[in-house]
Amino acid sequence: MNTWRDKAIHVILLGSASTSILIVLLIFVFLGKEALPFAWEPGFGELMRMKWVPVSFKEEVFGIVPLITGSLLVTGVATLIMIPFGVFGAIYIAEIATVRENNWLKPFIEILAGIPSVVIGFFGLVVLSPIVKDIFGLNTGLTGLTGAILLALMAIPTVITVSEDAIQSVPRSYREASLALGANRLQTIFRIIIPAALPGIIAAIMLGVGRVIGETMAVLMVTGNAAKITFNPFDSVRTMTATIAAEMGEVAFGSHHYQALFWVGIFLLIMTFFLNVLAQRVLRRYQMR
Amino acid sequence: MIKKILSLVLIVAMAGFVLVSCGSKEDASKPEVSYITIKGSDTMVHLASAWAEAYMKNHPNTDISVTGGGSGTGIAALLNGTTDICIASRSIKQKEIKLAEEKGLHPNEIVTSRDGLAVVVNPGNPIESLSIEQIGKIYTGAYTNWKDVGGPDHEIVVLSRESSSGTYVFFQERVMSKKDYSQDAMLMPSTSAIIQSVSQDAWAIGYVGLGYSAQAGDKVKMLTVKNTEDSPAVTPSVATVQNATYGIARPLFFYTNGEPKGAIRDFVAFALSDAGQEIVLEAGYVPVN
Repeated sequence: MNTWRDKAIHVILLGSASTSILIVLLIFVFLGKEALPFAWEPGFGELMRMKWVPVSFKEEVFGIVPLITGSLLVTGVATLIMIPFGVFGAIYIAEIATVRENNWLKPFIEILAGIPSVVIGFFGLVVLSPIVKDIFGLNTGLTGLTGAILLALMAIPTVITVSEDAIQSVPRSYREASLALGANRLQTIFRIIIPAALPGIIAAIMLGVGRVIGETMAVLMVTGNAAKITFNPFDSVRTMTATIAAEMGEVAFGSHHYQALFWVGIFLLIMTFFLNVLAQRVLRRYQMR
Repeated sequence: MIKKILSLVLIVAMAGFVLVSCGSKEDASKPEVSYITIKGSDTMVHLASAWAEAYMKNHPNTDISVTGGGSGTGIAALLNGTTDICIASRSIKQKEIKLAEEKGLHPNEIVTSRDGLAVVVNPGNPIESLSIEQIGKIYTGAYTNWKDVGGPDHEIVVLSRESSSGTYVFFQERVMSKKDYSQDAMLMPSTSAIIQSVSQDAWAIGYVGLGYSAQAGDKVKMLTVKNTEDSPAVTPSVATVQNATYGIARPLFFYTNGEPKGAIRDFVAFALSDAGQEIVLEAGYVPVN
């Protein structure tokens, strides 16, 4: 009786735990099934072209290169903004802030994390983009930079929370030893605690990057969505996610455009996959040391 | 994770509840209740909803649901058999007709009303009037500076709707002589985003439906449009769209599969009747007659 129940519970738990594996596999199969016909007609080389012109009276072009550069540009700039704010914020909260300050800081960080991305996007369109335009003297505020700032804003709470955990899990004895040896507080923070917490901080940044690269709505609203190859953050860019979101509703099932969008999805998946592998590698290397 | 699972369970439970309650409702009411689904152009959603509401008031046994998503979405839904009536702000493409015929469907076109597209610029822009050819050259990227069309020496910020929008395709066909959009053209997710950007960016140009630009008031400036270089400049308005002197106007369509029958035919007849055309006028569009 008891063993029967144990077994049943075991199966249920195993089933729940395996669901994610099953779902990942199903997603891969589904993406592959929808995208594959494109590889024969019009051919894989079509994806490598330098232009994305999905709706045209003359010739439709499904080159995803501008979309990839768009995503890379926005993600890269967002990461550069996110790292100092996220990491220094975490250091302050974990090491310097008083309890009373934290009672104010932490709830607001949590609120920031909970704001829906459409709302952030709307804020970006109405408030941030004119500011960016005026500060940099641009023709329009709809730029990759505007998108990157918004994305950084959305990722910072993740980076702060995870880095803070990492910093706080540095053993107390490290701090005490450092202070006892005559190091002051700043020296202790930057020479002892941060190096010790580095794997966790890097994991936090990777998580933030993961959030940034997959975010859709906010970038769709503020980056201007011009599909051109550029590495200038003051230019308008079109990201992979925004392309899928904006165009998937329109396409006829089974058309080349439809299949091309699935390829965009596959590339996005591959990018996030390698990002995860990279994060794991970095983490392991630091833990070995 | 637990939260996600919980919410999933909740969603499934709710879906089940909705299904069950729908089922019981069907049993209870009279058998002659007919359902009509309408899907497609975002431009026409308000209009179609107004028709549906007025129609259902007089026909309590008919349920009509209206959803947007873009003309392409509507046509895709018609081809997939998931909507009875497709509302579209562009005519169906040859390619889509071919797809339909492969599936054994026969799209049937009905002109319900007309809509004018206003070309808008920032109120600070000294340009008052452009020819259709000039506007086309701005959007294809042949002209990139306002001085090319007799304005001050400033780069033009080109704003367009997303490629899933019927307006995008119509504009391409009517104004850009079917050429491709410039790579620098920014694709905005909504009409309000275009109005927002044009009101903020001094050197931007955009196109929006006549009803929207009238609502926007003095946030943006409507250009008068010359059909050819030598013809007179025409202000976009209900009167000029109806008497066909304003060049950038388009019909708004219903598409059904074959000749409409039963409740669908009845609804289409209502939309085209005097009462239906009165609603067209109230919604800010232009009646067919």
